[in-house]
Amino acid sequence: MSVLLRVNALTKRFTPDSPPVVEDVSFDVGENEIFAILGPSGCGKTTTLRMIAGFERADKGSVELNNLVVECAHAHVSPDKRGVGFVFQEYALFPHLSVADNIAFGLPSLSKTDRKIRVEAMIELAGLSGFEARKPHELSGGQQQRVALARALAPMPKIILLDEPFSNLDAVLRQSTRHEIRSMLKKAGLSAILVTHDQEEALSFADRIAVMNKGKVEQIGTPEDVYETPRTEFVALFLGRTNLIKAKARGMEAWTELGALMIDRPMDGDVTLSIRPEHLTLERVNESNCNGCCGTILNREFKGHDITYKIQLQKSECLVHTDNRVNFVAGDRVVVKPVEPAVVLN
Amino acid sequence: MALPVVYLLIRAFEADAQQAMDLIFRRRNLDLLFNTLSLTAGVLFLSTLLSYPLAWVTARTDLPFRKTVTTLAILPLAIPGYVMAYTLLSLGGANGTIFTLFGLEFPRISGYIGALLSVTFYTYPYLYLNLRSGFMGLDPAQEEAARSLGYNTRQIFFNIWVPHLKPAYLSGALIIGLYVLGDFGAVSLMRYETISYALFMQYAGSYDRIYAAWLALMLISITATILFAEARLLKGLRLSRVGTGAMRYRNSTLGRWTGFVFAGIGLIVASSLIVPMGTVLFWMTKGATHASWLDVGQSVLNSMSASAPAALLACAMAVPLAYVSVRYPSALSGFFERIAWFGFATPPLALGLAFIFFSLGVAPWLYQSITLLVVAYAIHYLAEALGPIRSALYQAPPRLEEAARSLGFSPFHAFRKATLPLLRNGTIAGAAFVFLSAMKELPITFMLAPVGFESLAMNVWGYTNEAMFADAAPFALILLLLSSVFVGLLFTREIKP
Repeated sequence: MSVLLRVNALTKRFTPDSPPVVEDVSFDVGENEIFAILGPSGCGKTTTLRMIAGFERADKGSVELNNLVVECAHAHVSPDKRGVGFVFQEYALFPHLSVADNIAFGLPSLSKTDRKIRVEAMIELAGLSGFEARKPHELSGGQQQRVALARALAPMPKIILLDEPFSNLDAVLRQSTRHEIRSMLKKAGLSAILVTHDQEEALSFADRIAVMNKGKVEQIGTPEDVYETPRTEFVALFLGRTNLIKAKARGMEAWTELGALMIDRPMDGDVTLSIRPEHLTLERVNESNCNGCCGTILNREFKGHDITYKIQLQKSECLVHTDNRVNFVAGDRVVVKPVEPAVVLN
Repeated sequence: MALPVVYLLIRAFEADAQQAMDLIFRRRNLDLLFNTLSLTAGVLFLSTLLSYPLAWVTARTDLPFRKTVTTLAILPLAIPGYVMAYTLLSLGGANGTIFTLFGLEFPRISGYIGALLSVTFYTYPYLYLNLRSGFMGLDPAQEEAARSLGYNTRQIFFNIWVPHLKPAYLSGALIIGLYVLGDFGAVSLMRYETISYALFMQYAGSYDRIYAAWLALMLISITATILFAEARLLKGLRLSRVGTGAMRYRNSTLGRWTGFVFAGIGLIVASSLIVPMGTVLFWMTKGATHASWLDVGQSVLNSMSASAPAALLACAMAVPLAYVSVRYPSALSGFFERIAWFGFATPPLALGLAFIFFSLGVAPWLYQSITLLVVAYAIHYLAEALGPIRSALYQAPPRLEEAARSLGFSPFHAFRKATLPLLRNGTIAGAAFVFLSAMKELPITFMLAPVGFESLAMNVWGYTNEAMFADAAPFALILLLLSSVFVGLLFTREIKP
């Protein structure tokens, strides 16, 4: 897959004395790839996106589009010359223009007939047929969202930037809109960068994810990668519930309160491990399996198809996520068994 | 804006030290200051007395026809001070309305009482409007919380209402104070000597321009003191609702008091609206034959020829100013905006005098030209154009321009295509405010108008000054009509009942 966008060591401070809001951020986005930047609010993800679009200047580092530098400390291609589509969190539809005119807004250089054909195609693609003449305020949230996307897609940019585009939609609409837009992007063969603080959204929408925290990229990888083998404590915790365990490692094994565990890469000495609750299971205590590493069920949360148990170990607590056939009640003595190797954090 | 004031200073300091001392520390100045301040205090007191109960009954009670009452309470804004003075003056006396109608000779209202009444009636709606929105914003939950903590009605009034309404009251009082300081038409017709009036007499009569300059500076410094005091008093006040959830209004029941309240409202409406309108119409029937409609037409044209370009100029200045101050708020843009407000707050006579000195000193060919008048109008009323354009800009988020930029438009085109269309209504409203205000404007016109230029306002003032009430009537009528358009506009934009 060839690289379309290359972000290299991007750094930005809003005032010269303040700490950087974006620090040394680097990643590539390939053609036809959907890339997500995931992080809590204030981590610098939107600022990164706005630097790629050209709305903010970078202090250090560079942005390359199609191997051309569009942003660095001494050069700045203005946003209107970059050919990058942008979908705003609050959509920013032009309230004085109809749906069709909003979509046609970025096409002043096309001839009248070409423009009409393009707008029609976009309306079709966005599933907005019959709404051409409406004004933005006469549309539902999901429809406004699709107009915003169609408007950004109409000039056929190489890449489209989406800034928390689903956060203004309610939960049900969010899921279906997400699905529709992902298939729109894939059908159009476009690259996209999605900025979000919702881990589920990033995991289900993107081909690859960069997890950001305090202005820095913590980890980049496929959704499976970052979820199953988080490299830092922050990534492990941000992408879902996990157990963080102090351990002594030797080779591919580590010794913990749960007993000896397999680990995902060879290590020696004191380490912190992350193991997801669903990668653990429970067994009733008997003479052969205890080894002094057993615990007591503190409480259980029955959630239908699965159950989450909280277990009191000797010093700490841990979470175990089992299917509903593993049945214990509070107070039962159990042994916690791993079903996957634990992940060593940096 | 700054340049004319600099020229005012230059003129003032042409006097040598001894002369300046004599001019500043003369007994007469003290009298003028006392007159000005006692008129201000009186107007504030009387407007508070009128607006506080009126605001409460229209905002927080079950009074029927509240919307109509609100409209009636705001309408006096449409009556310029000098028309109000004309009404009151023409009531009494040997050739007055009452004598003509009933044959009774009634003493003519003038002096302090006359000035007090005519200024109060056309300015109290500003305080009313502010207090009314203050009452509307009063969170009933706070009142209920105080009640549940054992406070009685009187304690709630002093501990909840008064502090909560303070910002609203202060901003209303500020506007009224500025009007009193700047008023020339009403006080001059009532022969009540305030600083503004003395400034005019000094300028028009004896041509002692150095003394006039010192009086103008006195006016400006009083204005600045008031503005400064207001900023100090409002500093750090934060009284907005902290919690969330819908506000539940529970309006007080008036019950058997309703009739009494209506009687009070009737009295206010009668004296502030019906009497002035009736008077103008009455004198129309008496004098419409004498009045030359040709003169009326000519002065409408005159007024328009200065007001329309002033409205355009004010908007042309206001759009970039509002844009910079909303999009790039900084110390500098804040400073420019404050200058616009200062132009509005500067007493018109002082502003006019400053412009005269400026034109005589820098560009004598501008002296007594329409151009100078237009520029002075535009600067004085810039703030009126700024308001609606600013609020329209807040409706046009910067994201819209960024969206246009990302779709391939240069910064200027992005502004023109994405933001400007959204400013249209705001700009039209701003232009209308400036136009209508300039049409009514009296003191600036007096000082700066070319020889032979007679506006509607100047005619009303001139004829009333000579007690030729019938001749003034047609001009006053046209002014009333124009002003009601102004108030209608204000009403639809600013007040959402």
